[in-house]
Amino acid sequence: MAGVLRQLRLGVIAAIVLVWTGLPIYHMVMLSLTPQTAAFAGRVWPDNPSLENYRSALTRGHPFLAHFWEQLGNSLFVALATCGLVLVIATTASFAIGRLRLRWAPAVSNMALFTYLIPAAFLAIPLYRVMGQYGILNNRWSLIFALVAFASPYAIWVLRQYGESVPYELDESARVDGATVPQILWHIYIPLIAPSLVAIGTYALLLAWNEYLYAFLFLSSETKITVPVMLGHFTTSDDAPWTLMMATAVIYSLPPIALYYSVRRFMVTGLTAGSVKS
Amino acid sequence: MASSISALRIQDAPGRFGSDATWGIVLVIPYVVVFAFIVVYPIVYGMVLGTHPESYRKLFHDPIYLKSAWNTLVFLVIAVNLKLLIALFLSGFFYNTETWIRWVGIIFLLPWAAPSLPSIFSIRWMFNSEWGLINGILFRLFGIDGPLWLVKPGLAFGLVIATHIWKNLPFWTLILLAGRMAIPKDRYEAANVDGATRFQVFRFITFPAIKNLYITSTLLSTIWSVGDFNSVYLLTGGGPWDATHVLSTLGIRYAFSIGDIPTGVATVITALPVVIPIVFVLIRRLREGD
Repeated sequence: MAGVLRQLRLGVIAAIVLVWTGLPIYHMVMLSLTPQTAAFAGRVWPDNPSLENYRSALTRGHPFLAHFWEQLGNSLFVALATCGLVLVIATTASFAIGRLRLRWAPAVSNMALFTYLIPAAFLAIPLYRVMGQYGILNNRWSLIFALVAFASPYAIWVLRQYGESVPYELDESARVDGATVPQILWHIYIPLIAPSLVAIGTYALLLAWNEYLYAFLFLSSETKITVPVMLGHFTTSDDAPWTLMMATAVIYSLPPIALYYSVRRFMVTGLTAGSVKS
Repeated sequence: MASSISALRIQDAPGRFGSDATWGIVLVIPYVVVFAFIVVYPIVYGMVLGTHPESYRKLFHDPIYLKSAWNTLVFLVIAVNLKLLIALFLSGFFYNTETWIRWVGIIFLLPWAAPSLPSIFSIRWMFNSEWGLINGILFRLFGIDGPLWLVKPGLAFGLVIATHIWKNLPFWTLILLAGRMAIPKDRYEAANVDGATRFQVFRFITFPAIKNLYITSTLLSTIWSVGDFNSVYLLTGGGPWDATHVLSTLGIRYAFSIGDIPTGVATVITALPVVIPIVFVLIRRLREGD
């Protein structure tokens, strides 16, 4: 009896969780399958579902989508460049901070985490001006550098936590054998922290691919913007084709979701490592 | 053995390829450069931009500013605490080991993995009072015209809070779940043997163990939520009649829609009296945690 009650209680919670989580996503997919003329019907399922919106999106069948492929390319470029830079910067920095045992290392690490104590939208305004001073506004690198600055502290922190599980004796014995610092970094440190590199690489990719505010502020011309900025343009006109926008939005949302779920095992253990200590 | 290795290491330290200290600097420089150019300098520059007294005079005479400051406070108190309480509850649900609950967990993580913009636009269209899904269902089931969701400021702000929770709940549930997983299982077994009720188990075992994590999460989430731009901007755009702005969207509105960058910076600087004390408490807590 107690077992039945328990299952019932869990079932009710699960049902609420699934409806709450799934409704906006279901609604997005449902709208994307709704013909443009039926967008205002408020239906639970369209009368004549079709893939027409997807065909339009992929063939750039609307003025809003004139540069869709370039914008998708921009999103990909920003995500890959951010990911690559974060991996390099965080690997070298975490190695220097965690493995070389230098006196000033903890200070650098604390300084890095300070980045997260500034609300993201607050830094945006001065950073916009500063990007102008650097001469890279409306250039994808402005967005990439900003994203690298926001992703790196967390990446360094995760790698340091993970790096603590690599025995220091390995470095010691390599040194006895005459290994140089770069050799230790390349042949010992990087292979052993590889699983958490997958996690932080994915984290950086998702952060960059999903970013809206900084992309919206820093990038302006149609051929430079990323996909979410283009999607944001849809709301500026009253007769915007919402069903077409939703189809484009689904196409844009699929890669990060697929990536996230394919490396989920690495993510959960990799990214929550150390959070328990506090 | 260990001491002889250390001795060798000290001898070798300033070897042919440079000392550890030199390598340390070389390896950490890329990050320090990014930090200096993208974080430190803009903060200093922002502080300089925010020193014009007339910006503040303008702000404090702007009714939209006062409304936004109040909204920000309401947002932080309600959205953050509600989100963390639900996360605390759900972390208990996901602690169960049944396979089907793991599947629910996989779906539950979707809002966190998916980009914000499409989901928030979907919510926005869903709650359109004329042709959205929600009012469509209400009409078909009960024959009533549903509420003017995004037209009434109170309802619109409620939806902003719900959207923020929808997006961020999975992350905090995961963090609190990790906290629960770290509690030794034998404590629960002992409590079961003693016939403790579910409430007693939570009160005397679970909560004391994750209390610190819960408080740290609340503080961190407060700071991050101050900077939540998307939940407001993409759902209501600050409307109707600028009634749902928070300081982050109002700052962006001043700086970019109106083109008054100093006032935009001043808007967000006025949130610092709330943010800075939280940052101090948080840093102290994190340091004690180590």
